[in-house]
Amino acid sequence: MAYVHDAEHEHLHDPTAFWEKYIFSQDHKVIAIQYSLIAIGVGLIALFLSALMRMQIGFPGVLDMDSTEYYQAMTMHGMIMVIYLLTALFLGGFGNYLIPLMLGARDMVFPFVNMLSVWFYFLSVIVLLASFFVPGGPTGAGWTLYPPQAISQGTPGVEWGIILMLVSLIIFIIAATMGGLNYVTTVLQARTHGMTLMRMPLSIWGIFVATILALLAFPALFVSGIMMLFDQILGTSFFMPDMMQFGEKGEHTGGSPILFQHLFWFFGHPEVYIVALPAFGLISDIISVHARRAVFGYQMMVWAIVVIGALSFIVWAHHMYVAGMNPYFGFFFAVTTLIIAVPTAMKVYNWLFTLWKGNIHLTVPMLFALAFIMTFVAGGLTGLFLGNVVIDIPLSDTYFVVAHFHMVMGVAPVLVVFAAIYHWYPKITGRMLNDTIGKIHFWITFIGTYLIYFPMHYLGLQGMPRRYYLSENYQFIPESAYAMNEFITVVALVVGISQLLYVWNLGYSYFRGPIADANPWKACSLEWCTPDTPPKHGNWGDAMPVVHRWPYDFAVPEAELDYTLQTTPASEVPVHESDHDEVTLAEADDSAKDDGDGVPSLVQS
Amino acid sequence: MLTETQVVPNSSLASEQDIRSASAKTGLRFLMAAISSMFFLFFVSYIMRSQISDWEALAQPWQPLADSNQLLINSAFLILASVFLEASRHEFGKSALGFSREFLWLAGAASLVFLAGQISFWSFLAANGFYVQSNPANSFFYLLTGLHGLHVVGGLCALLIAGYRLSIARHLRNQESARAAKLSTDLCAMYWHFLMALWLVVFALVSSSPSTYAAIAEFCGLSI
Repeated sequence: MAYVHDAEHEHLHDPTAFWEKYIFSQDHKVIAIQYSLIAIGVGLIALFLSALMRMQIGFPGVLDMDSTEYYQAMTMHGMIMVIYLLTALFLGGFGNYLIPLMLGARDMVFPFVNMLSVWFYFLSVIVLLASFFVPGGPTGAGWTLYPPQAISQGTPGVEWGIILMLVSLIIFIIAATMGGLNYVTTVLQARTHGMTLMRMPLSIWGIFVATILALLAFPALFVSGIMMLFDQILGTSFFMPDMMQFGEKGEHTGGSPILFQHLFWFFGHPEVYIVALPAFGLISDIISVHARRAVFGYQMMVWAIVVIGALSFIVWAHHMYVAGMNPYFGFFFAVTTLIIAVPTAMKVYNWLFTLWKGNIHLTVPMLFALAFIMTFVAGGLTGLFLGNVVIDIPLSDTYFVVAHFHMVMGVAPVLVVFAAIYHWYPKITGRMLNDTIGKIHFWITFIGTYLIYFPMHYLGLQGMPRRYYLSENYQFIPESAYAMNEFITVVALVVGISQLLYVWNLGYSYFRGPIADANPWKACSLEWCTPDTPPKHGNWGDAMPVVHRWPYDFAVPEAELDYTLQTTPASEVPVHESDHDEVTLAEADDSAKDDGDGVPSLVQS
Repeated sequence: MLTETQVVPNSSLASEQDIRSASAKTGLRFLMAAISSMFFLFFVSYIMRSQISDWEALAQPWQPLADSNQLLINSAFLILASVFLEASRHEFGKSALGFSREFLWLAGAASLVFLAGQISFWSFLAANGFYVQSNPANSFFYLLTGLHGLHVVGGLCALLIAGYRLSIARHLRNQESARAAKLSTDLCAMYWHFLMALWLVVFALVSSSPSTYAAIAEFCGLSI
C-alpha cells in the first residue's frame, strides 16, 4: 500500500559539509548524478575503445594494433557498455533520480544502503579499469567470457585481467542488489497519497519491473563469476574440461563450458530487458509529454512490461543455438522468443497511437524518442530473424548479429538515454540545455548510427565474420566489404567525436544555460511539481503532494491549460482517466469523493 | 487507495513505525528472493555438473558424507538458533520484554556453534585429502557451505544490532525504542528461518546419492 507516513513531520538531517552533501551523500538525487557521471565517464572510455576497434577493422595496420589489444578492446567495450554504462545509468541514474520524485517520496527508503550502492559501483569500475594497468592487461576473452577460452593460456589477460573482471562484476552485482532493494521497496512502500500503482508513470513501471529482473537474474552472473574464479584461482573444474595445453594435459578435468553458457545467458537475456524496460517506460513518458497526448493503452502498457519481464526468463538459450542443443529445446526457445515479440509489438503500436493525432513538438527529447522507436523496430525485426534456429545458425558468427545487437541493445537504449537527459536535465540542474547543439548532436548521431549499422546487415549477409581481428585474404569476403568497412569506420569516428558536443552541452549549460522554470515541458507528472528546481534535500519542502489523477492528463476538455498536473484536484479539473483506461474509473470516482471531502492538493504540515 | 490514505496527515508515531517496519520487511523479502535465486542457480548447476562422469558424490559409502552425523549436529544448532529467535519474539510481548534479549544471544551462540561445526567439518575434509579442487562434488560442497556460512555471518552482524537495540529498549522503556528493537528481532527471526531452510536444502542436496541426482537431472532435463 502507498503511504506518505509522517514525512511532513519527519526530521530531515540536512547535510551541510561538502563531503556529506556531494561525496558521501544519502540524497537520492546526488546519488543518481554520481551514478550517471561515473557511467557516462566509463562509457566514454568504452566509446574510445570502439574507435580503436573500428580503426583496426577499417584501416588495418594504421594504429599498429595487435590481436591481443584488439580482443582486449572488444571485451572491455562490450562489458562496459552493457553493464557499467547502460545498466548503471538506467537503474542507478534514472531509477534513483525519478522514483522518489515521480512517486512523491522524500527519498529512497534505505538512503544509507543507497549510498553504499553507488560506492560499491564506483569500486567495481575502479577494479575493472585497474585491469588496464596490470601485467598482461585486461581480459580479451570476449564480453561473454566463455570458458574454457577465458581462463586458458594464450587468451589475453589470463593472468590478472580475467580475475579483475570477475571480481569487478561480483562487486557490481552487490552494488546493483543494494540499489535494487531500495528501488522495489520504495515503489511498493513509499508512494504518496493517491499514488496507486496504476497511477504510476510508465517510467516507474519499467524501472520497477527491470529491478525485479535484476534482483533475480544478476545472481546467475554472480554464480558463474564465482565458479569461474574458483576454476582460475583454486584449480577446480566447474566449467573447465580436460584440455591439452602446449602438449601437456591441463590441471582441469570434466568441467562443462555449456553450463557456463546457460548461467551466463540466464542472466544475459533478462539483462537485455533490464536495460530495455526502463527505456520503454522513459520513452512512453517523453512521447506523451511532447505529443501533448495521453499514453495510449496505459494498462496494456503496464501489463506488457510485466509480461515481457516474465517471458525474458525463458528465452535465454536462443543465444546458444550454435553451442549445440536438443532440437526440441531449440524449438521451445525459438517459440518463446517469438512470443515475447507480441507484448513488445503492443508497446510499439501504443507509442504510435499515442503519436497519432497528437500535437507533436519536435523538441530535442522528442527527436531522440522518435529515433528510438525507429531504431528499436529496425533492430527488433532482425531479432525475429535471429530468433529462429535455422536462420540464426548461418548468421550467428557474422556482422548481421553485430548489426542487430547494436541497433536494438546499443543505439536504441542510448537514444533513450539522450532523450531522457535532454528531457529531465532542466529538473536536475535548473538550466535548459542548448537546443541548437542538441539538434546538431541528434542529427549526427541518428543519421550516423544508421550509416554505421545498416551496412553491417549486408556485410553479415555476405558472410563477413564477426570477432575477426584481421579479415584480409579471405576469398569469401568480397572487395566491396573492405570499402564498406572503411566507410563505416569514418562515420563511426565522426559520430564518436560528435558526442563531445553533447558532453560540452551538458557542462556548458550547467553554468550558462537559460534558467529553467519548474515545468518547462508542461508535463503532468509529479516530479515537475516540486517547490524548488532543482529539488532540494527532501524534495517537497514542508508539504507533501497529494495525487488525484494519472500522469497523462493532457488536453482535458474542461481544463484551461492543455495539461493538468497530477496534484490538481478533481474539483478543479474533472478526472478523465476513464477516457483512456476503463478500469481506473473507480479510482477516478474515489478521487472525486476525496476532493468532496476537502483533502487539499497539498497536505500542510 | 486514496480513501485509505486520508487519515495520514494526523498519523501517530505508531503508524510511522509500522510503515518503517513494512519497508524493512519488504526489503528483506526481496533480499531473500535474490539469495534464493543465487542458491537455486547453484543447485541447478550442481545437478547438471553431477551428471558428468568424473563426479564422486560425497554420500557414497567410501566418501566423507556416508556418515553425516557431524552435519546433522550442525543442523540441529541452526534449527535451535531459529527456535531461540522465535522464542525471543514471543518473549517480547511480556512485561519488561521478558527474556527476549537472552533468547536472542542464545540464538547467536547456537549460530556460532553451527559455524564452528561447519569449519570443523571443512578441516576434517581437508585432513582426509578431500580438497576443494580434487573433485567437483567437493568444490560444490566448499562453495555452497562457504557461501551459506557467509550469509550466517552477515546475519550475526544484524543480530548484534538487534541485541544492542533490545538492551536500549530495556533500559529506556519507551515505545519508540521498543518498536525499533521489535523490528530488528522480527527481521532477524525471518532471516534465520530462511537460513535454516536454505541450509536444510543444501544439506539434502550434498548428502544425496548419485541415483537421486540422476533422477532429478532426468526429471528436469538437466543432463548435458
